[in-house]
Amino acid sequence: MAEIVSLTINGRPVRVPSGTVVAAALALAGESRFRRSVAGHPRGPLCGMGVCFECSVTIDGRPHCRSCQTLCAEGMEVRTDE
Amino acid sequence: MSDANSRFEVVVVGAGPAGLAAAAAAAESGRRTLVLDATPWLGGQIWRGREAKGGSGSAKRWLARLQATDAVVARQTTVVAAPRPGVLLAESPEGPREIGWETLILTIGARELFLPFPGWTLPGVVGIGGLQVLVKGGWPLDGKRIVIAGSGPLLFAAGAEYRAAGADVVLIAEQTDLGKLARFGLSLPRLAPRKITQAAQYQASLLGVPYRPGCWAVSAQGADRLEGVTLRSSRRTWTERCDVLATGFGFLPNLELPRLFGCRTANGAAVVDDRQESSQAGIFIAGEPTGIGGEGRALVEGLIAGFSAAGRLERAGRLEKKRRRAMAFSRAMDRAFALREEVRNLASPETLICRCEDVARRDLEKFGDWRAAKLHTRCGMGPCQGRICGGAVEKLYGWDAASNRPPVFPVQIGTLRDPEPGSRGASK
Repeated sequence: MAEIVSLTINGRPVRVPSGTVVAAALALAGESRFRRSVAGHPRGPLCGMGVCFECSVTIDGRPHCRSCQTLCAEGMEVRTDE
Repeated sequence: MSDANSRFEVVVVGAGPAGLAAAAAAAESGRRTLVLDATPWLGGQIWRGREAKGGSGSAKRWLARLQATDAVVARQTTVVAAPRPGVLLAESPEGPREIGWETLILTIGARELFLPFPGWTLPGVVGIGGLQVLVKGGWPLDGKRIVIAGSGPLLFAAGAEYRAAGADVVLIAEQTDLGKLARFGLSLPRLAPRKITQAAQYQASLLGVPYRPGCWAVSAQGADRLEGVTLRSSRRTWTERCDVLATGFGFLPNLELPRLFGCRTANGAAVVDDRQESSQAGIFIAGEPTGIGGEGRALVEGLIAGFSAAGRLERAGRLEKKRRRAMAFSRAMDRAFALREEVRNLASPETLICRCEDVARRDLEKFGDWRAAKLHTRCGMGPCQGRICGGAVEKLYGWDAASNRPPVFPVQIGTLRDPEPGSRGASK
């Protein structure tokens, strides 16, 4: 159950329990700004359910991924603020 | 993908409580059934994470009941369009997928209603239900100071859960007045006896946390993230320092798919008959989309939809009394937690209403309806497609913010271009 998944967040290595969603891994790593709005304001998760897109980040090079709906996977590369 | 994997007698969209019940009922009745869900989990938002943990209580029972059938499950599969009658277009990890159906059951749940107020876009301001779901996904709350401000029975459950996750719950602010709450409490023994025990359990686990009816958040402060929240009651206005503000004013039915299929809606909910059939023959709708009622109503409506879709009307009819009681509970809840005028109207001229396109209230005011506002400001035209601001402008201006143009969710362009149904390795 308590398997560990290793990923990188903005280039920094992070280890989280398996079953952790990417949004939670970002919070565990101390990130509060997930993205910048069109006018440049900092934003973080709001709905937690994949509706609002405020938690969008870049995962393995693919932009606009909803971090609340994505499970952490081994070797995953996550970038915020893009 | 072979034909056998893309055609089903009954297709259930959404694997929350209503969807699990519907799929189980249809499959138990011998119908070839597919249940699909946009997430990697079964159980919807309410039971998220229970599957991996072996489940407990009703989540465990219903997951086991579905697993005992031949129903096929498709995870991470999002319906985006209906290209032809009897066919769904969905996005899945394997690429786009066409799914044929004879009978369709839509159990797509609800989303939280957010009302804009100054500071509501700061990181640290999160949905009440949204934060519950994030906590189930490992979101850390240990030692965090949390204010809960909003409306509905969820505030208790959420407070208890946050506390169990290590949070310091500073205050629970419920916008509705004590009088209305008391009348609702008195009606519980008749409408939903089981909720009494539940409420008592929450009360015990929230011992020491102030619960203030007739109190609401008027603004949130912070530089790059939330630092404090200003609250108001009939008697005073004051500020609490906090790391997290959990906010939400109940739930709104998800109606994008019912509207995509031309199902009739009224008063913000899908219209169904007593067998859960919509205005479109062969399309059934169950759970939150027909009116917010929580897990109990979702389960009974899901069963009725599943049995009805399988042609077992007599079996479905036996659940009628339960269904009526669940609907009476919904009505009592609507009355008890009706929104006070002050909370509908908290946004200042500078407050952003549309978070995707950063459209402020003052830029919206000059337009008479949703369509004009969208055309001129791009309000509601970002990735969320008005799912967040639509509810807000309905409460602010009474605008009808229905949107049902396909694709109903942002999709990979390859999904719409790909002529090969179910083909793998679609372009990304």
